[in-house]
Amino acid sequence: MTAAPVGVPTTETPTGAFDPALPYRLSSSVSVRPESFGALVYDFHTRRLSFLKTKPLVHVVQALEHHDDVHGALVDAGVAEPDRDQYLRALAGLARAGTITQRPITQGETP
Amino acid sequence: MKLVEHFTHGLTSPICLTWELTYACNLSCVHCLSSSGRRDPNELSTAEAKAVIDELQRMQVFYVNIGGGEPTVRSDFWELLDYAIAHDVGVKFSTNGVKLDEARAAQLAATDYVDVQISLDGATAEVNDHVRGPGSYDTAIRAMENLYEAGFGQFKISVVVTRQNVGQLDDFKAIADRYGAQLRITRLRPSGRGADSWDELHPTQAQQRQLYDWLVARGEDVLTGDSFFHLSAYGQELPGLNLCGAGRVVCLIDPVGDVYACPFAIHDQFLAGNVRSEGGFREVWQHSELFGELRGPQSGGACTKCSHYDACQGGCMAAKFFTGLPLDGPDPECVLGNGETALAKLEMDTVIPKPSLDHSHRKTRGERKDGGPVPLTLSVRRPDKACDSDPLAGEGRRLPAGVRVN
Repeated sequence: MTAAPVGVPTTETPTGAFDPALPYRLSSSVSVRPESFGALVYDFHTRRLSFLKTKPLVHVVQALEHHDDVHGALVDAGVAEPDRDQYLRALAGLARAGTITQRPITQGETP
Repeated sequence: MKLVEHFTHGLTSPICLTWELTYACNLSCVHCLSSSGRRDPNELSTAEAKAVIDELQRMQVFYVNIGGGEPTVRSDFWELLDYAIAHDVGVKFSTNGVKLDEARAAQLAATDYVDVQISLDGATAEVNDHVRGPGSYDTAIRAMENLYEAGFGQFKISVVVTRQNVGQLDDFKAIADRYGAQLRITRLRPSGRGADSWDELHPTQAQQRQLYDWLVARGEDVLTGDSFFHLSAYGQELPGLNLCGAGRVVCLIDPVGDVYACPFAIHDQFLAGNVRSEGGFREVWQHSELFGELRGPQSGGACTKCSHYDACQGGCMAAKFFTGLPLDGPDPECVLGNGETALAKLEMDTVIPKPSLDHSHRKTRGERKDGGPVPLTLSVRRPDKACDSDPLAGEGRRLPAGVRVN
């Protein structure tokens, strides 16, 4: 296993390029189960199981819906500056797999 | 700590589990891992089964593999299926196809979060029916046609790899492609009636190599249930965790609610508790003594000195147990041949554990249409004692295959 925070490669289903400047959330068909290493993530729609391999990543994923952009969630989870690129790559992978999805920009939020 | 090490120490809930809903079955497959046939009168009721589903939902067990027996012969099967799906417990169920007529296929096609797995152990009727019984090939193919016609999408075709069908892997793939299905192949274990048919059915050393090469070359879209990790010792690690998940990330709930470490280990030694006991399934999973032991340090015995130990981890616990090998010894199908050597060295009076339960139909199925080979050939093992003439001598020990002591 590598040190990458996301495990288990998944088949990619393109949903538009990942853009950390936009708001995201966990997909509605996805459930997260915390475990000592991070979390199990299950997509009831695709029946795909994957693993979030660090606790901060679990925090980021769950915080997405409360922030106007992905960067806000990274700050919320206390991800240190030097680690952020690695987390953004992991999140891009989760977006490709459909685990997280872009959220419509709601009133009061700025694009 | 690597992810796989976390798994070794166990998770708060299983990743998934096998739930055998009934021991009743219309077939009498000679390798049945759960010795199914007759319904157990103590089977969980509909209400009890729903309570288990509630518990699985609370524990966030995202999906269960439902089997049996033949689960669809339970009259409340469809009710339990809908109940599980409505409670965020996805279902994959294994069936021989007996109940999957056009109407059920259409119903399944309209249901989300359900996956169907049709058992097929030969790419031809001849090879399949030899193991699964007369007519079972046609039943399975009809079910596949119905699912395909109903637009179910990608169901699974589940094959137990045997000496007789290992040469048909490409043919199985072709059948799967024909019906838009995905092929799943798993390892034969000497569990249940599989103990009686093991000597005849399990792949030879040369066939194991053939299987490994096929998996490396063509196995990309083929599921294996992670069951061939002992073959990783040939070289390249096969995809998957390469880990025995018994009691750590998986387990079995049997029809009467007993919780075993794995579906292939229906024996008192691997019984962790019962869902009917206080605290239910959660208590058994999180606090049973047995599962605690399985999550602790394991002794690999002599195998730890082998350069391939990291790859195969000593192989399958159930396969060792039901062939009479010590749990810290080599797998009976060790690719280096250490299992065969160990089996040859077993003392004549070695007690081979028998499954704790047997729900086999009391009468074996009727004559085969072709009058073909009898599946249970005589064992090549020596009798317990040279002077034993009574076939029932040595009860509890390995008998010539086909002689069953009830």
